[in-house]
Amino acid sequence: MTTSEQIVFSKESLEVVQKMMLRYPEGKHKSALIPVLHIAQAEFGGWLSAPVMDYVASVLKIQPIEVYEVASFYSMFNLKPVGKCLIEVCRTSSCWLCGAEDIIDHIENKLNIKVGETTADGMFTLKAVECLGSCGTAPMMQVGADYHENLTLSKVDALLEKFKSEDKQSRYC
Amino acid sequence: MSKKLLLKNDHIPNINQLAVYRQHGGYAVLENTLKNSNPENVLEEVKKSGLRGRGGAGFPTGLKWSFLARPEGVSRYLVCNADESEPGTFKDRYLMERIPHLLIEGMILSSFALGAKTSYIYIRGEYFYVARILEVAIAEAYAAGLLGKNIMGSGFDHDCYVQVGAGAYICGEETALLESLEGKRGNPRIKPPFPAVAGLYGCPTVVNNVETIAAVVPILELGGDEYAKIGIGKSTGTKLISASGHINKPGVYEIELGLPVEEFIYSEQYCGGIRGGRKLKAVVAGGSSVPILPTELILKTANGEPRLMSYESLGDGGFASGTMLGSGGFIVMDEDTSIVKNLYTFARFYHHESCGQCSPCREGTGWMEKIIHKILDGHGTMQDIDLLWDIQSKIEGKTICPLGEAAAWPVAAAIRHFRSEFESYVQNPENIKDIKHYYRLQN
Repeated sequence: MTTSEQIVFSKESLEVVQKMMLRYPEGKHKSALIPVLHIAQAEFGGWLSAPVMDYVASVLKIQPIEVYEVASFYSMFNLKPVGKCLIEVCRTSSCWLCGAEDIIDHIENKLNIKVGETTADGMFTLKAVECLGSCGTAPMMQVGADYHENLTLSKVDALLEKFKSEDKQSRYC
Repeated sequence: MSKKLLLKNDHIPNINQLAVYRQHGGYAVLENTLKNSNPENVLEEVKKSGLRGRGGAGFPTGLKWSFLARPEGVSRYLVCNADESEPGTFKDRYLMERIPHLLIEGMILSSFALGAKTSYIYIRGEYFYVARILEVAIAEAYAAGLLGKNIMGSGFDHDCYVQVGAGAYICGEETALLESLEGKRGNPRIKPPFPAVAGLYGCPTVVNNVETIAAVVPILELGGDEYAKIGIGKSTGTKLISASGHINKPGVYEIELGLPVEEFIYSEQYCGGIRGGRKLKAVVAGGSSVPILPTELILKTANGEPRLMSYESLGDGGFASGTMLGSGGFIVMDEDTSIVKNLYTFARFYHHESCGQCSPCREGTGWMEKIIHKILDGHGTMQDIDLLWDIQSKIEGKTICPLGEAAAWPVAAAIRHFRSEFESYVQNPENIKDIKHYYRLQN
C-alpha cells in the first residue's frame, strides 16, 4: 500500500460499510468511523497509514483530520506497522496478581524482543495492555479477536507455535 | 441469600439461542408488557423496584429515566453502556456472552418505557467476539419480529444496533461514550446539559449499564414491589459480582445484596476462600477506582458490624474506613501481596486512560505513576509519599469527569491503610526485591 490508488476496500467490505452507515440517522454517518477504521485496519495490513486514513475519510465523506484525531485516540488502532501476529498481554491488577509479568518475560525471552517490539521476521509484535475484562481468568492475552485465558508458560509456548504455523494476520474483525 | 434473577438460566446449554431462551420463558415479559401495560407503568415499576445503576455510580434508574426530556417531534435514544473497562470487572461480558437475549429483551422493554425508537449497545472494542454474539442474537430477534416494525403486533417500532469501541476506558463515562458513538475522540462533555436533555446527536438520551438494563426483565416479571423486597434497605435486588485475584474460585457470581462479605470470600458457593490456604490481606471491592480496604475493615466496619455486600454497608465509615460497591469488581489479595505494586498497576492504568482534557488528571496521573515507580525502583524518599498524597488530593473534584477521582482514590486509600508498606520500601529497598513474580506460574 504505497500509493492511495491501491487503497480500496474489497467489494464485501464496502457493502458492510455502506450498510453500517444506515444504522445512524441521516447526516450522522460519521458515527460509523470507529467500526470502519476496524475494517480498514484488518484489510490493510493491521495498521492505519495516513493514506488508509485519507481513504476512510473519503468513504465517509469527512475531513482527513477527523479520522486522524480519532485513530490517534483509541489504543486498538495501530499507527505504525505491526507484526502479522499482534500479542497483547494484560498487565493490570488481577492479571498482575496472577502472574502476568511471568507471561510477558517468557514471551520476551522466547521471541527475543521487548514489549513494544516486532520480531525481525515481521511475525510477532508484543504489546502489554491494560485491563481487558478477563480478570477472573487471569493471566490472559488477546491475539486478534481471540481471548486466551488462564495462561501458563506451556500454554503460551503451544500458542506461539500455533500462530507461527498459521502464518496469517491476526485481526479484530 | 442465594437469589438468582439474571443468571438463573446461565447453566442451560445454548441459552444464547433465541429458541432455547424462549423455551425458558424468554420474551414472555416483553409480550405481556407490550400487550397489557404501557410506558408509564413500566417506568413506575422500575421506580418502585429501587434499582440502582449497576455500572458503578449506583444512581436510581427510575429517577434517571424520569429526567428524560420529551420534546415533541425529537427522537429519544437508549444507549447501553457495554464498555466494561473498570479493572476487576467482567460481569457484563459474562452476561452478554451467555444470555445475550436477556440484554436485548431489557433493551426493548426499557426503550418502550422511554419512547426510544432506536437504541445502541456500545461495547468495548476488545470484546469483539461478544459483539458478534450480540449481533447474531439481534438478527434472531429481528427474524422473529421481536425487533423492527410493530413488535408482536403492539404498534411499537424499535431498532437496536451494536457499536464497537476501540480501546478507551474513558468511553465508559457516559458523555465520552456518546462522543465516541458520534465518531469522535472520547472526551467527556461538560455537564449540564445532561444526556437526558442533550445526549446522542443532541437528543434526549438515557445511558444505562448492561446489568441495569437486563435487570428490567426480572423487575417487570416480579413487579417493582416484589423486586424491592429482595436485598437490604436501599440496596434492592441482586448484583453481579466479578471475583478475581487470589481466590480459589474466581468468576461471576450473582448475589442478593446484603450478603456478608466474609461469606462471599470464604463460602464454597462463592469465592471458596484464599488460594493455597493463605491469609487475606486486602480487597478492592468495587473495581479499581474504589478504596482498597485491609482485612479488618473489609470483613467488619469500623464499628465492628459485619460488612455486607451492599451500597450502604460497603460505604459505611466513608473513605476513612469504608469503600464502595462500585461496579462489583471484587479483587482479592493474599498476605504476601505488595499493595504498592498493585497500586502501581492502577496508577499506570489511569495514566494510560486519562483522555488528557483536564490538566489535573492528565498531569497528575503521570506524576503519580512516576512517583510510585520511583519508590518501587528503590529510589523513593519519605517526602515522595507525602507528595503522592498531595497530588491525589489536587486531582479530586477538579476535573470534568470522574476519571480524576477514580485515579486519585486508589492512591489515597493505599497510603491511608498501608502507609507502612510505602515506608518500608523507602527505608529498606531490599524489601522490594521480593515483589516480582512472587506468584510463579506453573509450567
